[in-house]
Amino acid sequence: MTNKRMTNWTAGDDRMVEDAIRRGATRRDLMKMLMAGGVATMAGGTILGRATAAYASTPVSGGFIKVAGASSSTADTLDPAKASNSTDYSRICSIYNRLTFLDSSGAVQMELAKSVESSDAKTWTVSLKSGVTFHSGKSLTAQDVVYSLNRHLDEAVGSKVNSIAAQMESIRAVDDLTVTIDLASPNADLPIILALHHFMIVADGATDFTKPDGTGAFKVENFEPGVTSILVKNENYFKGNGVHLDGFEFFAIRDEPARVNALMSGDVQVASAVKPQSMRLIDSVDSIVALKNTAGNYTNMNMRLDMSPGDNAAFVEGMKYLINREQIEKSVMRGLAVVANDQPVSPASKYYNADLKPRDFDPERAKSLFEKAGVLGQSIPIVCSDAASSSVDMATVIQQAGSTIGMNLDVQRVPADGYWSNYWLKAPIHFGNINPRPTPDILFSLLYAKTAKWNESQFMNDKFDSMLIEARGLLDEEKRTEIYGEMQTMISNEAGTAIPVWLSGVDAMSSKVKGMQTNPLGGLMGYAFAEHIWLEQ
Amino acid sequence: MNTIILRLIAERLGVMLVTLVIVSFTVFAATQLLPGDVAQILLGQAATPEAVAGLREAMGLNEPAIPRYFNWLIGLTQGDFGLSYVTREPIADLIAGRLQNTLRLAAITTLISVPLALSLGILAALYQGTKFDRVVSTATVMIISVPEFMVATLAVLIFAVYLKWLPALSYANEVTSLWQLLKTFAMPVITLTFVIAAQMIRMSRAAVIETLNTPYCEMALLKGASRRRTVLIHALPNALGPIANAVALSLSYLLGGVIIVETIFNYPGIAKLMVDAVATRDLPLVQSCAMIFCFGYLMLIMLADIISILSNPRLRT
Repeated sequence: MTNKRMTNWTAGDDRMVEDAIRRGATRRDLMKMLMAGGVATMAGGTILGRATAAYASTPVSGGFIKVAGASSSTADTLDPAKASNSTDYSRICSIYNRLTFLDSSGAVQMELAKSVESSDAKTWTVSLKSGVTFHSGKSLTAQDVVYSLNRHLDEAVGSKVNSIAAQMESIRAVDDLTVTIDLASPNADLPIILALHHFMIVADGATDFTKPDGTGAFKVENFEPGVTSILVKNENYFKGNGVHLDGFEFFAIRDEPARVNALMSGDVQVASAVKPQSMRLIDSVDSIVALKNTAGNYTNMNMRLDMSPGDNAAFVEGMKYLINREQIEKSVMRGLAVVANDQPVSPASKYYNADLKPRDFDPERAKSLFEKAGVLGQSIPIVCSDAASSSVDMATVIQQAGSTIGMNLDVQRVPADGYWSNYWLKAPIHFGNINPRPTPDILFSLLYAKTAKWNESQFMNDKFDSMLIEARGLLDEEKRTEIYGEMQTMISNEAGTAIPVWLSGVDAMSSKVKGMQTNPLGGLMGYAFAEHIWLEQ
Repeated sequence: MNTIILRLIAERLGVMLVTLVIVSFTVFAATQLLPGDVAQILLGQAATPEAVAGLREAMGLNEPAIPRYFNWLIGLTQGDFGLSYVTREPIADLIAGRLQNTLRLAAITTLISVPLALSLGILAALYQGTKFDRVVSTATVMIISVPEFMVATLAVLIFAVYLKWLPALSYANEVTSLWQLLKTFAMPVITLTFVIAAQMIRMSRAAVIETLNTPYCEMALLKGASRRRTVLIHALPNALGPIANAVALSLSYLLGGVIIVETIFNYPGIAKLMVDAVATRDLPLVQSCAMIFCFGYLMLIMLADIISILSNPRLRT
């Protein structure tokens, strides 16, 4: 490949093409896209060759890789209920299975369940696949599922999804392979909820998770919290086509430059959560590839509607116009972001309202709105912190835009330690960071309903709440999409949460690691990479 | 002779015990001041009041602070560090492996840096004012001024990323040969040596030169002793006390202060364990780590004191 760096084509553009292929673009679509970008046909052919080669090669078996995650401490756990970060998720995804999972397009697929069905969205019947065994040799039965789900309702367990699980009023085994779940009120999203990492199925009665027993593709050979873990292939894995890797070591290198260095020097084969600042270094090396995943994580600016100055609607609207989203996307995130439109449902969701366009950057309009609100000339504090990623840079961008129109924004940077309990949800204007959630219902119930625990801007709207309940129980997809679309518009216009961009996560890996895809549940294929990837010899 | 030294050492031990108790109380009090507790931190953003209360109850965190302190202190005197709040494992188990790692790194660094630093320091004093002395002194000042994260990061970029001679990480399970051991430890040891050797060189040079300026050294010089003899036979024994203290202070850094090196090379030592413990509000673990650091520090200082007592002829006779 002599003219690899022709024109101004970069590895970032390679990623864009790969992304398009993954979304199902045809060769003709891509050529059109490239021609529009001014790339000559010959060069375009080379690029397509490279991108598609990365995407389509045959899996090979064998090999052991080392994967570096981004966070780790002695609090690392193999208990699915308590799993709290990408490191925990990556491990539990390889050890256990869920009843259902989400594929790269966000569609629900069955994993341990054969089917999850309901006629009224209130009483659900889960039939399990037969012949699934745990690592210990025990067969999977309905009792394991009942035990696993009930754990989340026990407060002494300390489950992270206690509030989501609370809607399951009764969970009981009907026979050996059938479980009935009664919900407090209809919820058509149950199959997606069961795909959350925390709802992994553990063996009945399991309490010691230092030596976990799961049905997953890998068994734990060694696990030292805060240090490392070694997982080896489960030869009796129930999914027929099998696992490609012989095993992998998963540990975290918390220092991002150290993580990238370890990948560059070949000490690890996959490095998760690479920062935008490292992209140029990674792009300079041919043996390293990066995979961009925009799942729906965002950092947002919250203006509490029940406190001054957020109680003035003109101020809130003005602030939304004062955000230079493009600059945040290009300069702060260095292209690893997608401009968003102040509502939490991401373009990766099938319920995304594409008609709702992001607000333009319009300082003049913001100025007239601020004049209307009578806030010009006041010093308005904005709390930001490294705890909410990139919020300090975003706040600075907004502050600078404000200074051009005489709006005095006082950026207060506070320590990351204790940010979530001391400032988040509390300060009149502050930043938050929300991880992707698989359904609009979860996002809205968690963040925008009147009773929402994390109602970041104290958005209270009766109509919104009744639409939320109506859509939740609807099995009619078309009607649901319409309601969710309207709710997105309501949030974008009325809530005090300004969401400038969707943050893209980037995982970097050796070019020998194949089969990694994007997933709406997060980076590293929604953390379930281990059973899908293979190592080219 | 022996009774005086023994009494001095016994006094030191007594002071050390009192210091440990005071430190334990201070550390305990300081950890109580940290905002949030382990239940809140473990639940993170998901910490609803009910969930926190449930978890607190289950973890036995509702006991008041003072009885908890005394229970812990009594356990400690019996060699029982207690259970970690986060993993529910005995703290002794958590610390054992990490402490071993830290001590291994510290031992290798000590073996290399102390002889190197002392010989350079003493030689610089011996040839005070010569070109050699100036080169050593300038180099040490330069090295002191460069922060260790800079040294470590540059070393990784050059030796691991570009040259690919050494691994970027210093924790590998498959250390099978001495050669591999050398390769894995090379970069952290070099970085740490840079940090602590510079201090020791400056201190030992200064101590020897100071002794050289005393009247009895001048006397030795007037009697016709060579510079070498004056330094090695007359000045050095009397400079041992301050040198031992400088070495002890530098080495104590290897126990708790190597967090930057542990982070950059992803080396699971005890400093990182303690930082983790603070972040997760695992108070018994924080306290145990602090006690270990304090104990190690006091031991080193006491050793230095004993050396200076033994090297002092007035106390020896």
